[in-house]
Amino acid sequence: MKIFYLSIFTLFLIKSATYQSKAHILKVCASCNYTTITGAVRDAKAGDSVIVEKGNYFERDITITKPIFLIGIGYPVIDGESRGEIITVESDSVTIAGFQIQNVGTSYIKDQAGIQVKGKYCQVLDNVLLNTFFGIYLQKAHFTLIQNNRITGKAINQISSGNAIHVWDSKNIKVLNNEVRNHRDGIYLEFVDESLIENNISEYNLRYGLHFMFSNDDDYLNNVFRDNGAGVAVMFSRNIQMIGNTFDHNWGSSSYGLLLKEIYDGKIEKNTFSQNTIGIYGESANRIIIERNTFMNNGWALKILGSCMDNVISGNNFSGNTFNLSTNARKNYNIYDGNYWSDYTGYDLNRDGIGDVPYRPVKLYAYLVETVPTSILLLRSMFTEFLNFAEKVNPTFTPEGLIDQSPQMKKFDL
Amino acid sequence: MLRILKYSFFDLTRSWWNLVYFAFFLLVTFSLLYLSSDLSNAMISLMNIITILIPLVGTLFGVMHYYNSKEFTELLLAQPIKRKDIFLGQYLGLAVSLSAGFIVGLCVPFFMYGIFHSELFSQFIYLLATGILLTFTFSSISFLIALNNNNKMKGFALALVFWLFMAIVYDGLFLLLLVQFDEYPLEKFALGVSLFNPIDLSRVIIMLKLDIAALLGYTGAVFKLFFGSYTGVILSFSMLFVWSVAPILVTLKVASKKDF
Repeated sequence: MKIFYLSIFTLFLIKSATYQSKAHILKVCASCNYTTITGAVRDAKAGDSVIVEKGNYFERDITITKPIFLIGIGYPVIDGESRGEIITVESDSVTIAGFQIQNVGTSYIKDQAGIQVKGKYCQVLDNVLLNTFFGIYLQKAHFTLIQNNRITGKAINQISSGNAIHVWDSKNIKVLNNEVRNHRDGIYLEFVDESLIENNISEYNLRYGLHFMFSNDDDYLNNVFRDNGAGVAVMFSRNIQMIGNTFDHNWGSSSYGLLLKEIYDGKIEKNTFSQNTIGIYGESANRIIIERNTFMNNGWALKILGSCMDNVISGNNFSGNTFNLSTNARKNYNIYDGNYWSDYTGYDLNRDGIGDVPYRPVKLYAYLVETVPTSILLLRSMFTEFLNFAEKVNPTFTPEGLIDQSPQMKKFDL
Repeated sequence: MLRILKYSFFDLTRSWWNLVYFAFFLLVTFSLLYLSSDLSNAMISLMNIITILIPLVGTLFGVMHYYNSKEFTELLLAQPIKRKDIFLGQYLGLAVSLSAGFIVGLCVPFFMYGIFHSELFSQFIYLLATGILLTFTFSSISFLIALNNNNKMKGFALALVFWLFMAIVYDGLFLLLLVQFDEYPLEKFALGVSLFNPIDLSRVIIMLKLDIAALLGYTGAVFKLFFGSYTGVILSFSMLFVWSVAPILVTLKVASKKDF
């Protein structure tokens, strides 16, 4: 908390120094000149700071049209009383920090948010948002920073819920260290390019923890996606770097850790997938490099459909998954090489750490389940074990060429 | 009847094999609980063991016990005791002693692990209940087989074939049907088919109760709808019950007419 005040204070000092003569401070509290935030914001001039003291403010549709700093001390509460939007930013270079913003109205016509930003170079920092329809909503807000916010929604079903952080048609956005939960999507990006999503925690969202649509050249690093309908969905996007994330317990009859659809040239590296129904589901995913990830205790570690081509899957750890890989293709167009598979039973005579017998990741039963879904009923029955064994001895059904030629004898230390 | 039950129960519980059976479950359960990262996984592995091993042991013990105690049975038949009492007593003695070995072998480690305070308690009860019902089912069927075959070798072979059929071949045929009629909606059909094999039925019932059910997808959802409802639970358990009671009723009927 102290650090927060300090940082706000220094920020404030620096900024006020740059505006020097004309910058003013407008205080809002029960006994101040201004008792409403709306009033102070209306009277503030470009470069001014509106400092809001601790207290409850029942206000909504606060519209900011000038580049100002709106700063809360001790998390003052702005309550929208479940009607309408709370703060709308229609100017560039606005900073909003240190508020507790709660009770945003649900609407089926308008996308109402706790904080809606329509200007560039804005900053939304250290806020707590509760009971939101949309949490933070950016439109054409290039170069905006969203950092250290905690957003908790009220989503019960997908139709009447919004996204915690929603970004539309923006470039160079940074979303850092936020915690988002109980919305439709945790973080939603549509037409968002060259942006960075880092160190966020996204959990208990109905649909996706993080959702890319038509967004290119973005990075998401070191985030945690837990207990969402699906961890991350990347659709119709190019050049997405996905590194160091944790996909944990996205578990349910139609859940995924990571859903790839119509995506090209991405990189999936050093992530951990544990206890997801499907670790990575790939449909028309092309030229993706999947390296040095850990797949642990998933239903399916990978489900790569026949429409995926030229992907490289190597150097990963697969352990304790019910199925390591399943596909509906008869031919293989991807490269599987040098992974560790916990159910590999081959030997290594020359002791170079690489198994001498190639490994076939697709079991016959996994293939059968993909073609005849009802046969999943025989999961864990003795017959399927026999089936897999027979296929292993004499492969006839599983895709030709889908072989890991150099399976590792020991687990990678990742 | 109770006296005969008591005699064969104590006779069997003191036998070496029953102790081995008990020790096996004790050891396996302990090691699974110790080695598995979570309870749900341990339960899945146990389910695999229960649905395969219990029927096998039940079958073999049933046949063995019948042939071993044949002379004793004939001695009893010479006495003024009802045939029904003799066979029922012997059968129950066997089934109860096997179940006891299984129950104690499973319960001790789970209780020490603190299953009472776990949210998986109901799953544990399912595991226990299906195990007991499977013991009763397969020991009674093996009794019936042994009763109908005076030739020991033939009796053993038939009992094993029956086990093999239920544990493996049935699933093979089932899968074949599913693959053949892939174009049709087969969920209801599959539901029906699984009701008629106690091993499959037990496996599905337990699996639907555990986390792994999420893997079953749409088919699983249809099954869950059925097995999650009261009718489903009642129907599936009464089916297992019928499986465990019907063979012994037939056995008693056959025994009452058999010329020894």
